[in-house]
Amino acid sequence: MNSKPVSTESYTPPRVLEGSHSYKTITEKISSIVLTKHQPVAWIVTTAIGFVFVNILGVSVSYLLLKGIGIWGNNIPVGWAFDIINFVWWIGIGHAGTLISAILLLLRQDWRTSINRFAEAMTLFAVACAAMFPLIHTGRPWLAAYWLFPYPNSMSLWPQFRSPLIWDVFAVSTYGSVSLLFWYVGLVPDLATFRDRAKNRVAQYLYGALALGWRGSARHWQRYETAYLLLAGMSTPLVLSVHTIVSFDFSVGILPGWHATIFPPYFVAGAIYAGFAMVLTLAIPLRRLYGLQDFITMRHLENMAKVTLVTGLMVVYGYAMEAFFAWYSANAFETFMIVNRTTGPYAWAYWMLIVCNGLVPQVLWKKSIRTNTIWLFFVALIVSVGMWLERFVIIVTSLHRDFVPSSWGMYYPTIWDFSTFFGTIGLFVTLMFLFIRVLPMISIFEMRTLVPEAKVKGAEGH
Amino acid sequence: MDGQKPIYGLMAEFDDATALVEATKRTYDAGYRKVDAYSPFPIEPAWEALHADDRRVQLLVLCGGIIGALAGFGLCYWTQVIAYPLNIGGRPFNSWPSFIPVTFEVTILIASFTAVISMFALNGLPMPYHPVFNVPAFARASEDRFFLAIEATDPKFDRARTLEFMNGLGARAVNEVEP
Repeated sequence: MNSKPVSTESYTPPRVLEGSHSYKTITEKISSIVLTKHQPVAWIVTTAIGFVFVNILGVSVSYLLLKGIGIWGNNIPVGWAFDIINFVWWIGIGHAGTLISAILLLLRQDWRTSINRFAEAMTLFAVACAAMFPLIHTGRPWLAAYWLFPYPNSMSLWPQFRSPLIWDVFAVSTYGSVSLLFWYVGLVPDLATFRDRAKNRVAQYLYGALALGWRGSARHWQRYETAYLLLAGMSTPLVLSVHTIVSFDFSVGILPGWHATIFPPYFVAGAIYAGFAMVLTLAIPLRRLYGLQDFITMRHLENMAKVTLVTGLMVVYGYAMEAFFAWYSANAFETFMIVNRTTGPYAWAYWMLIVCNGLVPQVLWKKSIRTNTIWLFFVALIVSVGMWLERFVIIVTSLHRDFVPSSWGMYYPTIWDFSTFFGTIGLFVTLMFLFIRVLPMISIFEMRTLVPEAKVKGAEGH
Repeated sequence: MDGQKPIYGLMAEFDDATALVEATKRTYDAGYRKVDAYSPFPIEPAWEALHADDRRVQLLVLCGGIIGALAGFGLCYWTQVIAYPLNIGGRPFNSWPSFIPVTFEVTILIASFTAVISMFALNGLPMPYHPVFNVPAFARASEDRFFLAIEATDPKFDRARTLEFMNGLGARAVNEVEP
């Protein structure tokens, strides 16, 4: 124990809004990023690089549709590989956006305000990247319509609702739709600000149309806040259900390494872990690029680092439990699965995963690292790599050696596997940077409520 | 200004949230009912001062959720039991535990759409034209200014006396709002 007397009264947490800002300076600062003719060179370069990868994605998908999924490396026994790894990776990344916008809203964490908007955008674009994979992995996405969606078709066929794969279709499409609604509702008052501030005629019309004639009436705000809170309340169980259902894709199967009851909570924790790492990866360069240090303060970065550390520990607990269950079950196949995972041909992936997800994030226990943006950025990148490897390990090492040694095999990705994956990263970066260019990346109206004068005097004891 | 031209109402402009809430309370207490306060961010005391407490959004969301749950389960039940019964590993046609994930997702989907659509519909949005935008200063209602409007259709509204009342509210300006 520290011998210095600790007084709780003297402690004031670091502020969520640095500097001396007024409604006007907040509005000007955030809208000046969009309502200008100039953009930083870094924006042009990043968007251009992203767009190159979008084209690589276009080529990869076109070739896939032309030739079929034989261009990929997956084949029996590893029937699922990059497609599902990338799907789970992307959808997991999306989860942090909803956690920040919905769960932290319900928990009254005011530090969410300056990061929720672009975290929600990140969710949308990550879900878009994720949703591509189940569609294109069918090889014939035009047929996927009746495989995936229940509609009265001419063959009188219906999807099989006892299958987790169809639950996944409902979970991901609901998640995408509700995230879009949540994001748009949050944007409307800011779009009205842009409508009123835009000098360009076209911009005035476009923002005006999207703002739906919002005029900030108190009667409107009352219904708005009700609806927003209800959306947050519904998004909270939704986001937990989505990765739970994604984990059902695996845990309902009887394959050793998949068939485990720990999967739903372990997947949800992993999703939040990967997502916060991605928010940090985006927030650190953006706050530097646009000079947003007053809005996205050290406190935000440190809090996100703490959430990353905690969820990372949950994920490590999941790895430990997988090994424990394998031993405790006394099942020969389960035991073999963990031995093969740790010492088999893909052991390098397993141990890299342990380093990336288990060891490296432990540096976040140290405050000097949590408050160092360079360190934080690289730890976040390593976590993203680690979470990708986690899905690789779960999917590929479980499938490549299952029950019968005669049906064992190895999996090697092809260039098309990589080009599709990096293509989706390019798509994500491009969409993210286009969003930053045309929409407010920080919620302006919610930032205004952080200004001290926003508190109405005499209404405290109410 | 000629007194003949009809107006939408009168609008007072304030510098901060506290002044707006004070003025709104006084206006309500003075008996005006067709009143609205405009602010660049949500101010709970402002709508409390207007006694605006519309709970229809909650009710509609509940209805949307119930409809969603019935629709989700109904979809599973109808397709798996009636339209296209398939024996999967000897499970009953009505394997209701397997239908819960889809039921849950459809519940959330319909309830969320109900929340957003009913909120906008009850707010009368989208509304491309509204008289309050005729006041040039109102462009700052989405930035850093606060406004209070009393509509001419209020039974207590009298152009001269209401103007006098509003001038006494401590506003930085009081404007007429063209219809």
